[in-house]
Amino acid sequence: MSVASPTKVTPPARTITTKPRVSDQIFRGIVTAFSFSALVILSLIALFLFLKGFSTLRAQGFGFITHFEWSITTDDAGKEAAHFGLQAMLIGTVVISFIALVIAVPLSVLTALFLTFYAPNAVKKLLITVIDLMAAFPSILYGLWGYFVLMPMAEYWAKLLHKWLGWIYIFNVPEPVFTRSPFIAGIVLSVMIIPIITSVSREVFSQTPLDRVQAAYALGSSKWGMIRAVVLPFGAGGVVGGSMLGLGRAFGETVAVYSVLNIVFRTNFHILFTQGGNVASMIIQKFGEAGKTEISALIAAGLVLFILTLLVNFAANFVVTRTVKSGR
Amino acid sequence: MTNSEISSINQNGTHMSEQENAKPSSLSDVAANRAEKKVAGTAPLGTGLEARGVHAWFDKHHALEDVSLDFSAGTVTALIGPSGCGKSTFIRTLNRMHEFIPNTSMAGQVLLDGKDIYEPGIDVTKIRLQIGMVFQKPNPFPSMTIGENVLSGLKLAQLKVSNHEELLEECLTRAGLWTEVKDRLGAHAGGLSGGQQQRLCIARALAVKPKVLLMDEPCSALDPGSTLRIEETISQLSKSMTIVIVTHNMQQAARVSDYTAFFLSDGGPGQMIEMGPTNEIFSRPRDQRTENYVTGRFG
Amino acid sequence: MQSTVKPIRPWAASPRDRALTATSVALSVLASFLVVAVTPMKGKLAYAFVFFIAWLVIDSVLVIRKSGMKGVRDGLAAKITLLGGALVMMAVASILWSVISRGIKGINLAFVTENMRQASLFDPIGKGGILHAIFGTVLLIVIAIIFSVPMGILTALYLTEIKGRAAGLIQFLVQAMSGVPSVVAGLFIYAAIILNTPLRASSFLGGLALTILMVPTVTRTAQEVLNLVPRDLREAGLAMGATQWKTVALVVIPAARSGLITATILGVARIAGETAPLLFTVGTFDSYNFNPVKGENTAIPIIVWRALNGGSPESVQRAWSAILVLLIVVLALFIAARALGTKAMKK
Repeated sequence: MSVASPTKVTPPARTITTKPRVSDQIFRGIVTAFSFSALVILSLIALFLFLKGFSTLRAQGFGFITHFEWSITTDDAGKEAAHFGLQAMLIGTVVISFIALVIAVPLSVLTALFLTFYAPNAVKKLLITVIDLMAAFPSILYGLWGYFVLMPMAEYWAKLLHKWLGWIYIFNVPEPVFTRSPFIAGIVLSVMIIPIITSVSREVFSQTPLDRVQAAYALGSSKWGMIRAVVLPFGAGGVVGGSMLGLGRAFGETVAVYSVLNIVFRTNFHILFTQGGNVASMIIQKFGEAGKTEISALIAAGLVLFILTLLVNFAANFVVTRTVKSGR
Repeated sequence: MTNSEISSINQNGTHMSEQENAKPSSLSDVAANRAEKKVAGTAPLGTGLEARGVHAWFDKHHALEDVSLDFSAGTVTALIGPSGCGKSTFIRTLNRMHEFIPNTSMAGQVLLDGKDIYEPGIDVTKIRLQIGMVFQKPNPFPSMTIGENVLSGLKLAQLKVSNHEELLEECLTRAGLWTEVKDRLGAHAGGLSGGQQQRLCIARALAVKPKVLLMDEPCSALDPGSTLRIEETISQLSKSMTIVIVTHNMQQAARVSDYTAFFLSDGGPGQMIEMGPTNEIFSRPRDQRTENYVTGRFG
Repeated sequence: MQSTVKPIRPWAASPRDRALTATSVALSVLASFLVVAVTPMKGKLAYAFVFFIAWLVIDSVLVIRKSGMKGVRDGLAAKITLLGGALVMMAVASILWSVISRGIKGINLAFVTENMRQASLFDPIGKGGILHAIFGTVLLIVIAIIFSVPMGILTALYLTEIKGRAAGLIQFLVQAMSGVPSVVAGLFIYAAIILNTPLRASSFLGGLALTILMVPTVTRTAQEVLNLVPRDLREAGLAMGATQWKTVALVVIPAARSGLITATILGVARIAGETAPLLFTVGTFDSYNFNPVKGENTAIPIIVWRALNGGSPESVQRAWSAILVLLIVVLALFIAARALGTKAMKK
């Protein structure tokens, strides 16, 4: 081989194949089939809810989501006239979930900061266990606690709010009845979603790159200065993702809301007043005595709720995977 | 070693000048060259930092034993030695960063201007404003622009400065980065190369006007070109502050420092074996272990 | 030189620091009582509010000489984070305390050994119990486990062992499934089965609804646990010429066994207290129904729901006691999962 031949030819890579044994093919087949169960179940849910709710959807059209009235009237000839519009309940869902976020996000972020940067080790372990426990509480427990324990206190706070801030629209009330209000439902929901927002926030805060933390301290920063300059910018995405997960949970919450909220089919922005609702609790409320037409409507409402929570969760998981799991 | 002893050794060390004309090929030659170039009696504008009997523990593990070092104002001191012998641990006791690792403890004193920085009742953040640090891996704040990064120390310390632009230009110039970034101060710091990022970190450390600058292997993650530029920066900076630099690279120590301290651990806690003017350490070390290290017999 | 130097921590809180903190807290408490006595403010909220402000002021005064405004801001931030954590803890404490203190009043032997066939929810405590509901819950859990554990573990195996091209999609879908509201799961079973087939409300259908909610939890935890099995183990098996399924069955799964049990337990804890899906699918019943596929049944959450909505003091008391029983079960599961989890970690 003469030294003067300069060009080296790299051979192309060989494709490596293997023929798996029959037992392995069966194994892979079974596992793959079962893992598509998630897809199958989700599709079935969408399918059947759509099928059984179809008559309502066809009759109401797009008005199902935008109209405000929910009623069935049967006239003397036995003819039914039905109007089903979810708008009031959709708005109600958003209102109480928003209240829940306003309370839960600051508390969760503060708790996550406390756990990651201030708490001594023993306290930290205890608190983390307690918060994980909180996530395991059944929702009906929150309903019981919310109604019997929280409501008297919250009613007092609502009265205070009304007294001092009643000139603001949302804190005004048409009548001074402060029990079973969106405000109280929002508080109960916030306690339910605090564990998940705190967990995600804590995870992202603890991943703050140590070199940036040390850089801030080496510049003479105080602990709070470091948190503001390094931790919060780094963790903002994770906090948003966690909050969206919490929002998804709040949208679909049923029995807890039903217990502490007076479900009335009217849009109500006076959050201290005893009137409100969300789609999930409305379904439960009306299901017991619903006739065939109404059941179809309730199923259609379930479909709307399903799609709504799916969208929120898609977005939430997208944000969380991008910020927390990838370890920016 | 007192200051007078050190200066007397300086005068003795100048006998190396007869080799001045030969091509610098050995460490001692490099060091001698530097000793020559440094003008005697440069007004020290920095402040003296002194470590007395410093020990450090990680939990029960005794990592550093009885280190006493005096860093004269306006000098550059290199800390050399094999990995794991406590150089980084020691330098972190100098600006109270050692205490960040949980379950650590220390003993001894570190005096800045004669006052112990570990005294109770002292605000540690004020100490860190006077003793700055540059880390091994460049760590600019990615959520801030170049300009914001340089001034971040002021924001974090809530210092008031009358003219931000002036300070920005001054620090970046001293760090040797001004010409490269003056037109893009609003760009994000992440877009800079490794060497530029490290010079940005130096500029950032300078903005709070420290009296001492600690550098923990600042060039080990950089390419030779950037390394050389940073060494030039260090030489410039030493005219107005005290610098302590940990380095694995003996050539770098020889190029850059006035004094060198050699650290070693024989399986137990790290100790400071010998300290002296750089050209002495490399040409006529007093301890056999030092000589073994600088001649490359180990480490 | 052998030195007997003592290690110290000059940066840690000295006794003097601790004394100062204690003093400032005490002074703040004093201030809160004083202010409340003198002004028209009243109630626990007033005490807490004044205490916080007073503590802030006193602490700032102590710190301002040493660290200036920076120190004051730092102190404020520290107190606010502490406040946030404390509020959350108070909420949990309140919940636990109310369940225990209220529920325990209704717990007696009859409560856990009888059923409601000869009693109504409004009868005084001591008559009738929830044993049939406990049985119903157990039945539901068993059915849910039968369906969701295989589905969950196999899906996790796909994601960790086979890692096919659909892995990203499946991961996504599992996460989507974990967001399905419980009421939708129940409504789905109702719409798909009760309205379409001759099957009517039964434990079986309730179990199916719970499966939908349990699978994502099982899959996620199983996935994490299987990923923890070191790669060398799998490679050792394959290097010996074993097929993939043999490696998985005989090497990977045994190695992850306690973790998989943890995954199951966590899934059960998730669904044990679910109420909404059961309302559509299980119905209600006052006695034992041992037939999972025929006839309505009951479960603890259903009893709680009915008792709560009943409204009388007796039924409410039953609700608290039943939820206490349920909570004890969930807590026990939780602790078991934790214990197994740490045991797996230590191996």
